[in-house]
Amino acid sequence: MFALKGIRHAYNGQEVLRLDQWLVGQGEHWLVLGQSGCGKTTLLHILAGILAPSEGSVAIAGQDLGELSASGLDRFRGRHVGIVFQRLHLIPSLTVIGNLRLAQYLAGGDRNPDDAALLLESLGLADKLASLPQSLSFGQSQRAAVARAVVNKPDLILADEPTSNLDDANAAAALEVLLTQARACNATLVIATHDRRIKDRFANQLTLGGGA
Amino acid sequence: MNLFALSFAYIRARELNAALNVLLLGLGVGTIVVLLLFSRQFEQRLGRDAQGIDLVVGAKGSPLQLILSSVYHVDIPTGNIPLLEAEKLKANPLIKSMVPLALGDSFEGFRIVGTNHDYVTLYEGRPIEGRLWDKPFEAVLGSEVAAHARLNIGEKFIGSHGIVEAGEKHEHSPYTVTGVLAPTGSVLDRLVLTSVESVWEVHGQGPHHDGDEDEDHGKDANGQPAKDQHLQPQEVTAVLVQYRSPMAAAILPRQINSQTALQAASPAFESARLLNIVGVGIEAVQAFALVLILCAGLSVFIALYNALRERGYDLAVMRSLGASRMKLLSAVLIEGLLLTAAGVLLGLLLGHLLAEALGAWLQASQRVRITGWTFVPGELVLILLALAVGLLSALFPAVMAYRTDIARVLAQR
Repeated sequence: MFALKGIRHAYNGQEVLRLDQWLVGQGEHWLVLGQSGCGKTTLLHILAGILAPSEGSVAIAGQDLGELSASGLDRFRGRHVGIVFQRLHLIPSLTVIGNLRLAQYLAGGDRNPDDAALLLESLGLADKLASLPQSLSFGQSQRAAVARAVVNKPDLILADEPTSNLDDANAAAALEVLLTQARACNATLVIATHDRRIKDRFANQLTLGGGA
Repeated sequence: MNLFALSFAYIRARELNAALNVLLLGLGVGTIVVLLLFSRQFEQRLGRDAQGIDLVVGAKGSPLQLILSSVYHVDIPTGNIPLLEAEKLKANPLIKSMVPLALGDSFEGFRIVGTNHDYVTLYEGRPIEGRLWDKPFEAVLGSEVAAHARLNIGEKFIGSHGIVEAGEKHEHSPYTVTGVLAPTGSVLDRLVLTSVESVWEVHGQGPHHDGDEDEDHGKDANGQPAKDQHLQPQEVTAVLVQYRSPMAAAILPRQINSQTALQAASPAFESARLLNIVGVGIEAVQAFALVLILCAGLSVFIALYNALRERGYDLAVMRSLGASRMKLLSAVLIEGLLLTAAGVLLGLLLGHLLAEALGAWLQASQRVRITGWTFVPGELVLILLALAVGLLSALFPAVMAYRTDIARVLAQR
């Protein structure tokens, strides 16, 4: 589904990421492990097309990201990639449904305007559609953030530390939502984490070793 | 969802701040709108009242006073002149026509003007009811006078001596209303017209006139007691002159001022002088209002700048959701424009309402009725100017949004 080759990335001359080759098939679920500062977030940003690596090539769904123009990359990201941030980052000025509609709009239009509401209902947020994010509990916010990431039926879902600050029950629930939604749209799921509790759930694991 | 909805949501999230920006801009725009409406209508009225009058010939004194008293009917006259002197001008080949004016009396604050039918023609007036005057002591009412006095045709009224309401009444010589004029939007609406002879007769018969100086026309422009401003038979207050050719403007005023005991003054020149004097005040207030608009622009800038600093993460998230740089730039510009447009709308509304209210309030004391229900071309310039200020204030924050480094913002913990 995506192929990374010869990736090197450096901030201010200091190498923070080195990955010779990583091939992932459509619908696979992967865990990216490693201590803080080992380049997990950098790798996710590179996969999302947010960051261009210093060296190497990234191809997602057959598209070489290096060949896309800046706005082409934005469009590609909107259509094919869904991101769940560690701190969720729902837009505070927009309602829950507004956050989803914004994602639909930015990805190129509300082709199925009902999708957003149906999705939120399936995640148990039916009565929170018109609420502002600040009135949600953390669990609800997390589900809303996942909903925003998957509302455009992306091919690739990236999640950065989705469970790290949660207790066991909430962490399990959050992971379940991600896995369910990824399966529902047959998306490739990549979770970056240092949370050892969820290691056993994934057969595919990539361990980044602190710059080594 | 679109960029407008997004910008609107952000504005709503900072309601108080947005309201303050809108109010600030609205006050600036409103102030300028009031000034524009007033000065424009004032100028139009000055021009309308002076149309067709190239020169006013009257008694020596202040030329501005002569114009104010005999064209705009606001000041007291400079004095009177023998009709014979004025008639001599008729022989001058540079003069096409002359209209005599005999002033001195009023009716409930409206001036009674002794003149001939040409005066009505000058303002394109026509009787909407009844007919123009023929015989002495027949009078025709301007539309505002008629509306105020509620006099019907055939009814009689008594003029007061002097051009303010408090003057003594000419009980012995009542006027009869023969007609009411259609509204013209000129000074004609506020006048009572009669023949010159009527005014002569009122003052000729009056036993109480000789020797008493009353306050209404007791002083001339220099504050000196006037000689005798009571209109005597065979005198008029002024004559309105129309040139035969534009060349007359270069010759005639000088000729009259130097060779006769009369004074000639040009309405165009004197009203330009008047506007010049008043204009300084208008410009000062206008500059003040411009400062208000600039402050509003600055305030929009500060608000957007601060909002964007708080919103850095939102911007990065939107980029990660597929928003292009241009979209974010546009969203911020739209936000600035929405705020500015709201301020401009508020300003236009406030300005027109205020102009109408002030116009209605001033109507009692001023001769000019100013309305807020009209648009002047200057407003369009003002609208564009305010929108440009808004756009300019949003530009820098918009560029900030455009240049957001999403990877760095998202990597911040």
